[in-house]
Amino acid sequence: MIEYIIAKYNYWIYIVLMMIGFYAMIGKTNLVKKLLGMNVFQWAIILFYVSTGSKKGGATIPIVMGAHGHYEPAQAIQFLNPLPHCLMLTAIVVGVSTTGVALALVIMIYRRYHTLEEDEILELLETSRK
Amino acid sequence: MISDQFPALIIVFPLIIAFWINIVGWWWKKPCFYMSVSALTVSFISSIGILNTVITNGTIHYRLGGWEPPWGIEYVVDHLNAFLLVIVSFIGLLVGIYSKRSVEQDIPQKIPQFYSVYTLLVMGLLGMTITGDAVNLYVLLEIVSLASYALIAMGEDGAPLASFNYVIMGTIGACFYLLGVGYLYIVTGSLNMADLSELLPKLYHSKAVLVAFAFFLIGIGIKMAFFPLHVWLPDAYTHAPSSVSAFVAGTMTKVGAYVLMRVLFTIFRPYFSIELIPATTVLGWTAVAAMMYGCVLAIAQHDLKRMLCYILIAEVGYIVLGISMANRMGLTGAILHIMNDALMMACLFSVAGAIMYKFGNRDITNFRQQQLNKKMPFTMAAFTITALSVVGIPPTCGFFSKWYLIIGAIDARQWVFAIALILSSLLSAVVFFKVIEKIYFKPREPVHPHNEVTHEEVVMDEAPMSMLIPMYIMVGGILILGILSGQIISTVIQFAVPASF
Amino acid sequence: MITLLEDIIVKTVCRILVPLMQLFGLYVIAHGHGSPGGGFQGGCILAASFILLLVAFDLAEAKKRLSEKLNNFLNSFGVFIYAWTGWMCLLLGGNFLDYGKLSKILPVDSVKARYFGVFSIEVGVGITVMAVMVSLFIDLITGGKHEEESEK
Repeated sequence: MIEYIIAKYNYWIYIVLMMIGFYAMIGKTNLVKKLLGMNVFQWAIILFYVSTGSKKGGATIPIVMGAHGHYEPAQAIQFLNPLPHCLMLTAIVVGVSTTGVALALVIMIYRRYHTLEEDEILELLETSRK
Repeated sequence: MISDQFPALIIVFPLIIAFWINIVGWWWKKPCFYMSVSALTVSFISSIGILNTVITNGTIHYRLGGWEPPWGIEYVVDHLNAFLLVIVSFIGLLVGIYSKRSVEQDIPQKIPQFYSVYTLLVMGLLGMTITGDAVNLYVLLEIVSLASYALIAMGEDGAPLASFNYVIMGTIGACFYLLGVGYLYIVTGSLNMADLSELLPKLYHSKAVLVAFAFFLIGIGIKMAFFPLHVWLPDAYTHAPSSVSAFVAGTMTKVGAYVLMRVLFTIFRPYFSIELIPATTVLGWTAVAAMMYGCVLAIAQHDLKRMLCYILIAEVGYIVLGISMANRMGLTGAILHIMNDALMMACLFSVAGAIMYKFGNRDITNFRQQQLNKKMPFTMAAFTITALSVVGIPPTCGFFSKWYLIIGAIDARQWVFAIALILSSLLSAVVFFKVIEKIYFKPREPVHPHNEVTHEEVVMDEAPMSMLIPMYIMVGGILILGILSGQIISTVIQFAVPASF
Repeated sequence: MITLLEDIIVKTVCRILVPLMQLFGLYVIAHGHGSPGGGFQGGCILAASFILLLVAFDLAEAKKRLSEKLNNFLNSFGVFIYAWTGWMCLLLGGNFLDYGKLSKILPVDSVKARYFGVFSIEVGVGITVMAVMVSLFIDLITGGKHEEESEK
């Protein structure tokens, strides 16, 4: 049982991080804390993808060894898989953009309502509608 | 040949023009509208060209960068794709023309930014429809989401909070989609949709594939506003600016339904989605709940746009019900309903926008006093015809798609679905006739004698031409496409349904 | 909102570091297609150099070096480089982004032309990412009010 957990530790870490982020998104009422939860959620997924690119047996980063002289012939089996890294570049940039847009929205909300707690904002909306 | 390059042109042209609008808008505000409309016209013409090529030649495979799949990204256009491309670009163009006056009134200081982000939104939706690669779809899904967060936040009073809630929920949906793609990549090593559909059948019994399927369904369900995951939709679409609501209500949920069809029938073969896991059964019963929920809650609303948002939730339920019936008639009804619903929802939200432009509020209880039937007769006529289409009265197009859905339900021996379809039509009739009665009919006795209408001429104060013409083109489309439904089915939709049904 | 920081150590170190950071950012962009690096990463490092300038000095000082008009122009300019490369490949007879066809105008063979195609795309991406990161930072720290300040 313990070997099962240790062998797949990357899955366990990403699940724990994802659930922490998810709880923060749902359970907290402060808008900035929700945003932090969203960030943790996205980063958990990015870490998961990157961890799936690694291989057993000491795979190293895909840079050819030796420079300015002789190059050793590169065998694909000793390098780790770079494709998830490239996909996650895009995902990181998407995460940054979403955080930027959400922070701009938070600033707009703060300027209008002067508070960042969601229940207070909803009360102010209700009273302003009546 | 230029027509070979249409799949690239349809995406690249709006992309470049969107960034040109950003630069030009720094100095002059007037050209932004014209640049945006010209980019959307080019997209529309390209999409018609693509549909033509697909009808005569069959599926198009466009390889970006010249790389062969599965190493390269590929744009695959078959009949289902091409059909949806024409719909999305058509509605994008019409709402773009409609938006000129309404944007000038609602958000006058942000006109270049509005048109730039709007063009990017249309480009993202077209890209989501045309692509054949799973991660490319994630990137375009995020482009669409970010553009819509920004556009919705430009609206009226409660808009930034509604957009923030949409940010939170939309990110969860897109991340679940990405997780699903990641799990499939781990077990197969490929990201191309056609390649996945060949590699997966040997792996149908592995747990990773089952979990990936579940992640896909939830992620796409959030984006599509399918019943239990629809919570972001009423607030976001109500407080958004009028032209933004008209466009996203007509298209974003439909493109989400298209992605659901791709996942259920192209990536995972129909054998998996229907027999191995009863996914279509679960989707069917949830869709019935969505239809009932949407129609019943629409009756309780005062705000016209909020009522239309709940009707939209019910319409998404119709489409998923058609998908879940898993026979030829049901899928034909679902695809036909995608086209009809796009037109109907865009037209209804345009009417709500026109009322907002003229009067500044959308409360239904004020309609009688505002004497809308005398002041805006053409707009109200458009509203009535579209409402008849939502209820499903011939010869409007809504009747034909509901007809196919009911026949599909009877073919599949699901009597509860057929009864639910008819019941929800009756409920939507209640919803719309409530509004039509307030517009056109007077009460029997005057409620307050001193509030009787005075005997002066009520001047017609109609919405401007640039808003009326797109509305009438959409209404004309609803009527004409209803009569031509048979033709549309025999040329396009018949081949869009996957062949094993 | 960001006021002048009266600390000589921070200012001196910043003055030394910013050109080195920019050089490193350009290095990361240029080595993107063969080794770790690329457009996004290099663009972020270039943006970080401007943000360091902004944090160590005043907002007005940073604006003297990268004005807002130039920032807005660079936003779109990077995308234009990207789209223009793809468009040239389209006009020269291939599909979109088919860099092999660039060998008709560049004096290299088809394989090396792909190398240059990817490089020009990385440059475009790097410029856009730098401009967007700087404008995001300026918008968020001033709460959007810097537009009103600059119009005075």
